[in-house]
Amino acid sequence: MTMLLELHDVSKQYGNNTIALSDVNFSVREGEFVSVIGPSGAGKSTLLRCINRMIDASNGEIVFDGVNALGLKRKELRNLRTKIGIIFQHYNLVDRLSVIENILHGRLGYKSAITGALGIYSREEKEQALKLLNILGLEDQVYKRSDQLSGGQKQRVGIARALIQNPKMLLCDEPIASLDPNASKVIMDYLKDISKSMGITVLINLHQVDVALKYSDRIIGVSKGSVVYDGSPRHITKEEIHHIYGSEAGDLIMDLGEDTDYAG
Amino acid sequence: MSVENTVTTKTSSELVNRDKPIKVKPLNKVTIVIRLTLLSLVLLSIYGFLTFDYKDVGLIEGIAASIANFRVMFTEAHFSHFNFLEGLHQVFITIGLALLTTLIGAIISLFLGLFAAQNLSTVRVSNMIKSFVAFIRAVPTVLWVLIFAVSAGLGSVAAVIGMTFHSVGYLIKAYSESFEELDEGVIEALRASGANWWQIVWQAVIPSTITYLVSWSFLRFEINFGVAVAMGAAAGAGGIGYDMFMASTFYLDLREVGTITFYILIFAILLEVVAIRIKRHLKTV
Amino acid sequence: MQDKFFLKKRLNSILLFCFFLAITYGAIIITEYNVMDGFTSVPEAFRWGISNFYPTQSSLEKLPNIMEKLIETLLISIASATIAGIFALIFAIFGSNTTKINTFFATISRFIATLFRNIDVAVWSMILLFSFGQSALTGYFALFFVSFGFLTRAFIETIDEVSNNSVEALRATGASYSSIVIHSVIPSSAPQMLSWLLFMIETNIRSATLVGILTGTGIGFSFDLYYKSLDYNSASLVVVTIVIAILLLESLSNYIRRVIL
Ligand SMILES: Nc1ncnc2c1ncn2[C@@H]1O[C@H](COP(=O)(O)OP(=O)(O)OP(=O)(O)O)[C@@H](O)[C@H]1O
Ligand SMILES: [Mg+2]
Repeated sequence: MTMLLELHDVSKQYGNNTIALSDVNFSVREGEFVSVIGPSGAGKSTLLRCINRMIDASNGEIVFDGVNALGLKRKELRNLRTKIGIIFQHYNLVDRLSVIENILHGRLGYKSAITGALGIYSREEKEQALKLLNILGLEDQVYKRSDQLSGGQKQRVGIARALIQNPKMLLCDEPIASLDPNASKVIMDYLKDISKSMGITVLINLHQVDVALKYSDRIIGVSKGSVVYDGSPRHITKEEIHHIYGSEAGDLIMDLGEDTDYAG
Repeated sequence: MSVENTVTTKTSSELVNRDKPIKVKPLNKVTIVIRLTLLSLVLLSIYGFLTFDYKDVGLIEGIAASIANFRVMFTEAHFSHFNFLEGLHQVFITIGLALLTTLIGAIISLFLGLFAAQNLSTVRVSNMIKSFVAFIRAVPTVLWVLIFAVSAGLGSVAAVIGMTFHSVGYLIKAYSESFEELDEGVIEALRASGANWWQIVWQAVIPSTITYLVSWSFLRFEINFGVAVAMGAAAGAGGIGYDMFMASTFYLDLREVGTITFYILIFAILLEVVAIRIKRHLKTV
Repeated sequence: MQDKFFLKKRLNSILLFCFFLAITYGAIIITEYNVMDGFTSVPEAFRWGISNFYPTQSSLEKLPNIMEKLIETLLISIASATIAGIFALIFAIFGSNTTKINTFFATISRFIATLFRNIDVAVWSMILLFSFGQSALTGYFALFFVSFGFLTRAFIETIDEVSNNSVEALRATGASYSSIVIHSVIPSSAPQMLSWLLFMIETNIRSATLVGILTGTGIGFSFDLYYKSLDYNSASLVVVTIVIAILLLESLSNYIRRVIL
């Protein structure tokens, strides 16, 4: 299997004294479903954003699909970003626009400045948008304003916007943190299905350890900017989770996780 | 649930009619109103430009002359009818006017604003005060000052009263809206414990809204500085505005106009910076 | 401990009160404001107003004339705010932290806006009097400059408040700068910006009266003319028309705000 993403000694420093990431190394295979877990402030969001250079890493090497992301120029960077879809905790939709317009925004990266600015979408793109709406169960909301949707529906629009990019990889930053358990399950199921059926690689930040263990092929534990665990969810032990989260929080998390079927 | 499944059960062709183009931008009331408003504004602007009384002043020559004037004003500014300290004194008169009118206005508005807030007053009283205040605000400040000047004479008395009038109109609206945003629960809690109206006002309403009151008042102070300059020029209220008026219409001294502009600019920016500081400070408290 | 807490609170209030008293006193001295006159002249002014300041039959004959000036003033206010809005939009996009191209341009654009905003409209009109004379353009440019400065700041705040999240999302899809601005920033902030624009027009009508008095144009000039010739009946008619115009405009823009916000 080929490696889709490789991180070598990636570091990120904010200002003079906040070290958000230090010497992070890991790689992700094509089609893998990887969860990143770790306490608040560990650097999970920073890590994700470094990959498509929403944030520029201070040091190291990020190789995506055989290209070194850190060396890219403007045009190439836009090209890279079209291949990576991001799904945000707060959905980040343009509230006042309709659902379908928000989804079509995912195509803007493929357009020249002028066709993009004018918002000229081809028939194929529109049909694909409708198809994705169908897949995600939003066929009745096509022309609704997106601020009239529920959180779960908004997140599905977010997923559709990422998918219409035809990405090789999805980066999800706490996609279910603002959702109730039902909506969370729906979103996670969609992500898992998408990953399986379309062969899209998923790298996802999660706060719910049980969810991470249930859905992932692999777990990456981050603490204070460093990777402290990298392995299968099946073999992760209580001690290792304690180590990721610091000892006290660990009890709470394992109590939650105890009765779930890790293997999924 | 599986993706393949969903796709096959409900094909996209149900949604897509092969012949019709797929529309992306739905037209709703909001979009229509926004577009109509913008269109009307643009058309009215064009109509305005076609009908203005230009008095034979060419746009291009005028702009060229203005740019030349700006250069003279800002690079060759000088003192001729007053010196640096006298100028400073005049600025302080202007600030004094702004301060006085804001303070008096704030005190009056605080009391009337309580009665204008619907949650602290009755609907009738609130509506009465609000419509009266809307009327006060509709009359431009300079007209208030000039109207008062007929009986009080041109000078600081007319200026202070006229400017206070307009400040009251502005602040009552701002204060009463801040009071109305107050959480009903806070008032209820005190009422339940048997507190009377004044106690509720002093113990709950004012402490919870004080940050808004302060930032609105300071904003008005900033506005009143500009108004005070204008009143000095248009209504004989004294201060730096009066010097401006003399320099521009009597002495025709562009360079002195430049000096005065510097004075006004510096103090106005100072006030704006303080206002931003206050706003930021209040946000974090 | 408790006693101290309340004592300190009371002491603070007293200090604050003294501070305000002192600056009020200072302001009274420096402006040579006569407090007694201030009190007595209010009822006096009202008595005078009720017996002199109202439109009469004969002043109504001047209504067509006044209306013509009023309409010119309204058009100047609308044109200056609208055109200023277009420029302000461009400057705000370059000046906002969310959409700036680089810090250098952002600083420049904010600086220009600050400059224009902080020179009062009365000052602008007196400066422009040198180059445009008693033309309608004097008032137009004075209002334009101030509107431009004010709207740029308002638009910058709107952009920063409203569109941060969705801009991030569009940037992540690889969208170009112009696409981001047009598909995310503009749709998110358009209603709020339009609301500011309407506010600016309302403000401009009031300022236009002042500018008119200073530069001898528009409705302000009509008022000044009647006022100085002691024709208070006609002057009051001018005030009445201005008030009606502003109240009508306010209710219209409040209606628009209710629909779009
Ligand atoms: N823009 C920024 N400027 C300065 N410091 C930042 C910035 N963004 C994040 N940080 C700091 O970097 C560290 C890592 O932040 P990050 O948001 O990546 O954590 P996280 O693991 O995503 O946390 P959470 O689970 O709460 O989302 C924190 O200490 C944070 O304070
Ligand atoms: Mg985070």
